[in-house]
Amino acid sequence: MLVKRIIPCLDCTFVRGKPQVVKGTQFRRLKYAGVPWELAEQYYAAGADEIVLLDISASNEGRKTMADIVRRTTENVFVPVCIGGGIRSVNDFRRMLNAGADKCAINTSAILNPALIRNASKIFGSNCVVVSIDAKKFGQRYECMIYGGRKRAGLDAIEWAKKATELGAGEILLTSVDADGTRAGYDLELLRKVCDAVDVPVIASGGCGSPKDMLAALKQTDASAVLAAGIFHYKKYSIRQVKKYLEKNGVEVRL
Amino acid sequence: MIGLVDFGSGNFRSVSLAVRRCGDRAKVVRRERELQKLNALILPGVGSFEVLKGQDALVRGIRKFAASGRPVLGICLGMQALFERSEECAGVNGLSLIRGAVKKLNAPRLPQMGWNQLRIIRNSQLLDGIADGTHFYFANSYACFPEEDVVSAACDYDGEFAAVVEKETFFGVQFHPEKSGEAGLRVLKNFVEMCG
Repeated sequence: MLVKRIIPCLDCTFVRGKPQVVKGTQFRRLKYAGVPWELAEQYYAAGADEIVLLDISASNEGRKTMADIVRRTTENVFVPVCIGGGIRSVNDFRRMLNAGADKCAINTSAILNPALIRNASKIFGSNCVVVSIDAKKFGQRYECMIYGGRKRAGLDAIEWAKKATELGAGEILLTSVDADGTRAGYDLELLRKVCDAVDVPVIASGGCGSPKDMLAALKQTDASAVLAAGIFHYKKYSIRQVKKYLEKNGVEVRL
Repeated sequence: MIGLVDFGSGNFRSVSLAVRRCGDRAKVVRRERELQKLNALILPGVGSFEVLKGQDALVRGIRKFAASGRPVLGICLGMQALFERSEECAGVNGLSLIRGAVKKLNAPRLPQMGWNQLRIIRNSQLLDGIADGTHFYFANSYACFPEEDVVSAACDYDGEFAAVVEKETFFGVQFHPEKSGEAGLRVLKNFVEMCG
């Protein structure tokens, strides 16, 4: 049976030219958590099913050095690595995949240029194309946010998820901007809506504060994977602990 | 030296790093004439069956290489390429080293993306040291349905499909051994050891 994936996420930025993994709350107030490749290796050894590495700096520095970070990270990490942030063209995809990434996640660039989804999935296969959606609730409606959660795209998040998969996205990385960093749990309503709307795997992201939150997302929705950052970075829980807990509660995982 | 055959969709670094970890070296090959000096070939798997279109010279080269008795390992799409044809791209011929077809999986969520278990059907050199039920990383919407007795391990995703096939010196794995942690590296090491 295909098991549920537990995915640590590394948000990277640059401090005096050096890459740093950071942790924020609702996409702001950043704290340092470590060096990307060191954390990635630790998580690989601890049983991570996959690793997501995001350049949240939106800087020239990020665009220049992300490929190097990917190269260093994948040298000793033998599980899939997904890269996001600043990927705008088929060439950017190629650069990241050649550096060792297995998948690329695109958000703002996909919304501004949906043809990128189609072109990238044609050349590299849908398996490599992850469409990342940062959803924020306005009234009863979930809307897509772009530019790192700063700007409304004027697009319904559920509609966009559906459209993105039609264009060739092989997976949806779904982040609730409202829940991000709150440790109050994933937005289950949002997750349910997107899981119902698409027939590709959906990764739940934003709001994980404990293994209980992961259990809720995996039991109460059809999410294929849960992504978390803070609970792993600050060694609150190990990946193994989380997996044991999930298994004990009836979720199939890889131990 | 093991050759990684490039059909044009790139991404060899992961396989290359994993091969190095298993004690051998790998280099990317793109032309028929580069093939014949190598000990073994790996067909890595990214892209779609369509990449085989118009690659007649390379396909002939790989078939000739395989006929010489040297090992060939297909990974994911590379495994599918060992077969005759695929629903993913009608009219394009595979390497036809194994009889059978590649068909779309019948599951509510595709691609199959993640870790799934092997059901080991028979002892094999490639799966030496791998316990029944071990998880490997899959990323596929299509899978192989052989028309000869070559399946060493199966996998279930709303229906069974061939996860590992072996015929003479041709091997295929539907999962990504280079991305399947220590278990994956063990499978690659088993292959590398056969390559002498």
